[in-house]
Formats: sequence, C-alpha cells, structure tokens
Amino acid sequence: MNEPAIEIEHLVKKYQDVTALDDLSLQVGKGELFGLLGPNGAGKTTTINVLCGLLKPTGGQASICGYDVQKDSSKVKELIGVCIQETAIYPYLTGAENIDLFGNLHVMDKKTLRTRQNMLISKMGLVEDAKRRAAKYSGGMKRRLSLILALIHDPQVIFLDEPTVAMDPQSRHAVWDFIQELKTQNKTIILTTHYMEEAEELCDRVGIIDHGKLIALGTPKELIAKNSVKNLEEVFIKLTGRNMREES
Amino acid sequence: MKVQRILALTKKEIKKTVREPAVLFMIFLFPIIFVVAFGTAFGGSGSGNVVYNIGVVNTDAGSSTVYSQHFLNTLTDTKILNLQMYTDNMSAQTDLSQGKIQAIIFIPKDFSQSLASYQAAPNNPEQWTNASVSLYLDKGSLVATQAIPPILQHGLLSLTGQGVPIQSSVSLSTGTLVEVNTISALDFIAPGMFTFASIFLIMMVGQSFAQDRENGMMKRIRITPTSSTEFIASQVVSYMCIALIQAALVFTLTYALGFHPAVGIPTYAFAFILVLVFSVSNVGFGLITATIAKSSGAATGIAFIFVIPQMFLGTFVGASLSSAAQTACRFVPSYYVTDALTSLFLRGASITSQAILIDLAITLVFCVGILAAGIALYSKKFKI
Repeated sequence: MNEPAIEIEHLVKKYQDVTALDDLSLQVGKGELFGLLGPNGAGKTTTINVLCGLLKPTGGQASICGYDVQKDSSKVKELIGVCIQETAIYPYLTGAENIDLFGNLHVMDKKTLRTRQNMLISKMGLVEDAKRRAAKYSGGMKRRLSLILALIHDPQVIFLDEPTVAMDPQSRHAVWDFIQELKTQNKTIILTTHYMEEAEELCDRVGIIDHGKLIALGTPKELIAKNSVKNLEEVFIKLTGRNMREES
Repeated sequence: MKVQRILALTKKEIKKTVREPAVLFMIFLFPIIFVVAFGTAFGGSGSGNVVYNIGVVNTDAGSSTVYSQHFLNTLTDTKILNLQMYTDNMSAQTDLSQGKIQAIIFIPKDFSQSLASYQAAPNNPEQWTNASVSLYLDKGSLVATQAIPPILQHGLLSLTGQGVPIQSSVSLSTGTLVEVNTISALDFIAPGMFTFASIFLIMMVGQSFAQDRENGMMKRIRITPTSSTEFIASQVVSYMCIALIQAALVFTLTYALGFHPAVGIPTYAFAFILVLVFSVSNVGFGLITATIAKSSGAATGIAFIFVIPQMFLGTFVGASLSSAAQTACRFVPSYYVTDALTSLFLRGASITSQAILIDLAITLVFCVGILAAGIALYSKKFKI
C-alpha cells in the first residue's frame, strides 16, 4: 500500500443504545480503490459520513491526506468528492445548471468548470440531455449526474456510496470504466456497493464490516482464497450470514 | 466568505421560484389574486362601536364662544368622537401625519360671531358673517374619511336648530389633506398589499429547507466547503430579491388599478427598502417552520402559524380590529411595515419623520431577532 490517504483509528459512533461503528481502524493508500462492503446497517454509510465531516464520531479519529476530518473539515471538504447514496439533484435545474452550481460551490474558475463539465457530461453520456431539467431524467441518468456533481472539482479522494444502484447494465459498465479511469489518475477511491461482482471487478482491496466492526480485509483474491470459496459474494455470505438485514 | 458561492445559491433559489409552478403561484400569483379579491369584498366602510380620535384647533374668539363650545359638546355626545384639543394647527397636523389622530377640526376665530349673526337674522343671508370650519382627514383610514364628515355636518346643523341641511352662515370645508370623494378601497388597502405579498415567503422558505433535507440536497451542500454563513446569506439575498420582485409586481398592479399616491421617488425607494427588511423576518420564520416540520408537506401547514397572525394583525386585513387585537398587532413585524407604508403613501409623512423612523427601527429589531432565532433553532436541530 502507498502512503495512506485515509487513516481511521479506533473510530466509534454511537446513536443512543446503537453502536454503528465499533472501534474501526483502517488505512487506505493514495491511488487505491478500496471497497467497503457490508450488509444493510453494517456501518458503511456512517463511516463515509464521519469521513466527510457530516457526523461527529463518538470516539477515535480519522484523517484525509493528513487533515483531521473534524478539526480541518473545510480543508477536507476541498479535497473530497462524495457521490451520496440519495440521488440528490435539484430537479428544477438542468443537468448543466446542477453541475455549474456545485462547481461554483467549490469556487472553480469559469474556464476550468466549463472544461470539466463538458468532459464529464461526455463521459457519462449526458451530452444530449445536459440542457434538460433534471426532473425529466431517468433513475440511471440521475445517478450519473449525481456522480458528475461529486467529481466536478477534480477531488483527490472520492467516496462513491453505491454509485451504480438503479443503473442498467450498459450504464453500470460505463461507470465502471470511468471509475477505473479515475484510478489511473491516482485518485483515492472508497467504493461501497452491494454488487459483489462490482467490488471484485474494480477494487484493489476490500474491507467487510458488520455491526460496525471490520471483519475482513484484503484483496478480493486473498479473501476468496482464505475462505476457500469461488467468489467474493460467497466470502460475504460466509462472513456475514444469510439473515436479511434492514437499514437501521 | 466567498461571493461566488452566495451568488450561485441565490441564482439557484430564484430559478426554483420561477420554474416551480407551485412556488411561482404561491409567491407571486396567490397574493395578487387574494389581495384583489379581498380588497373588492371588504374595502368598504367599517361598522360597530368605533371611536375616532379627533384633533380640535379652536381659534374661536370674541365676546362669546358659546357656539363653539356647544358644537364640541354635541360632537362629544355622539360617543363616536374622542376630541383632543390642540393650541396650534402645526402640532395637530404632525399627529395626523403620524396616525395618532384620524382628523383635525379647525374652528375659525369668527365661528361664534357667524352663528350669532345667523341667529339674529336667519332669513337674511346678507346680514350673516360667513365662516368655514376646516376638516383635515387621515387619508390612510378609509373608514374615517367616510364616517367623520357626516358627523360633523350633523353637529353644525344642530347649531342652527335645523334637522336637514339648509343654507347657513357656517359651512364645512375640507382641508388640503382631504380627498373624501376620491379615496377608494384600493387606496386604503394598497400599503397592506406590499406587506401581505411578502408574508408568503415564510411558507416558501420552510418548504425549501424541509425539501432540501428530505431529498438529500442539504447533505450534498454540506459536503462542499460552503459555510453555514454563506448558505444563510444566500437564502437571505434570494428571498430579498424575490420580495423586491413581489413588491414591484404589486406596485405595478395597484398603480394600474388607480393607486397613485402623491409621493416622490425617495418615498417609493424607502417603501421598497422597508419591504426588503421585512423579508428578512420571513426568512427567520421560514427557518423556524423548517425546524418544526418533519417534511415539506408539513412545512406548508406549519407556516400558517406565522402567516395568519402576520396577515390578520399586520396588513389591510386588520383594518377594523377589536381593541385587544389592536394591542396584539404590536407584536407582529408586518404591522409596523404596513403602518409605515400607510404613513408614507396616505398620510403624507416624510421618510425622516419620527413615526416612520420608529416603525423602521422596530421592524429592524424584529427582523434581526427573528432571523437569529430561526438560525439558532434550525442549526440546533439540523446542521446547515
């Protein structure tokens, strides 16, 4: 692993009597594509929310590129891009206007914003729809626009919280290609997903968390070999059980 | 604080107002439709046990002032007029322009002499010493302009011993402020319209914050380096812009319908500034609404907790309120804005007059306090 871009040390997050993160420690290297896997309610989104500065941890600490996520949150927010789980876009703005807005919130200059906007719209296949109101977009198009909003300012560290949910296979593969391209640009990426083939295909390493604890860590191949199963999905089922979970 | 962020968020908020049909209706069309309909339905004279404060400048002189005393006693006996005596016309005019009294009766120095000449030769007008009682009315009160002149006329007739209007030595003339025949329901309600339109911003702000929370946009914005100060500043600027557009629309509409106050550009500019300041309090109330509301739908209903009192106690709706309600008026900022606008447009008060400055100061205090309370409550429960 390269020099760490993300460092999590003994992170604890409690909601009254529920422990969402239980002494979680983890390091993600610069340029690494890390898969954060776990059943519903395991603590994946809580981890991302703490790293983004949206949630204050009950204990422990975390840093991104050397900046403490609590003490230097404004600096951290300049460095990160987050594709959140909700398809959060302004429906009354066009796709291009949504992108403009978030570019301006990151205080991008006009020329750079225009260049990156055109590039990302093109890569996400939204050229013909960029000037339509986002309310008219399909679910997949909204997810792709949401991804562009997370990446418009060219962040160093990217959090992708289930980025391919509700996408058709074509869109999903386009997004996979794009994520791999980001990796070639030495971006650090944390990907949470319920699609195990997605994690197996894309991730350098994966961490499986359950009940807020890290229960497995390694490359997909290492975990498959260690658990003597055929694929990552079987590793996941073996470690977390077959019981259905709901988001807490 | 980055202006680029504030401008981007402001632009977004204004686009929302223009593009969302429900918002567009609520912000611009509803107040206009409601105001026109309400003005048409309730613009007439009031009724009930209303008491008018009347200033009296009695310059009646000579050997006997018995007729002027009799005249004033007759007016007092009506139980409708509360007479306040003034020693000079100037101080009475000041109180009239500030809304403290609804009319001034100016009794001329030859009043009793005139009536004495009438009594001496009631059928010979050539022997009369003619006199004229001047009446100055508050143009901001439609009810006063319609109710007071007949009462005075009745009082004058009682001096001549006649029950019906006849030719007499004493006549009632209207002062320069009085335009009894030209004042309309629209003139009366127009100042309140400016305030009324802005009140509905409360609902829009409440809905907007609750909606952004529901659909994850608030979370998305919080992930950017945008500070809470920048975000709140953008909301205040956005809704001030919207309030300005509202005021311009309402003014254009009322002007087209015949509301032509005889005031200059500085007064209009000041009126717009008052509406802008008032919009800040509505952002504050909107934030409190969003704090209480669990969803944008709930915010619509909860907003009425703040909309209704402001509407009924602080705009033209509250023209003929009970004395208890008139006391309650003092606790809503819209009252002070409407009062100031009425003084400016209808009473002819200058923008530097004490009444206007006091109204502005109280409005400012309300606005800052309500916005601060809104921010504090919202950020305590949710993150901005």
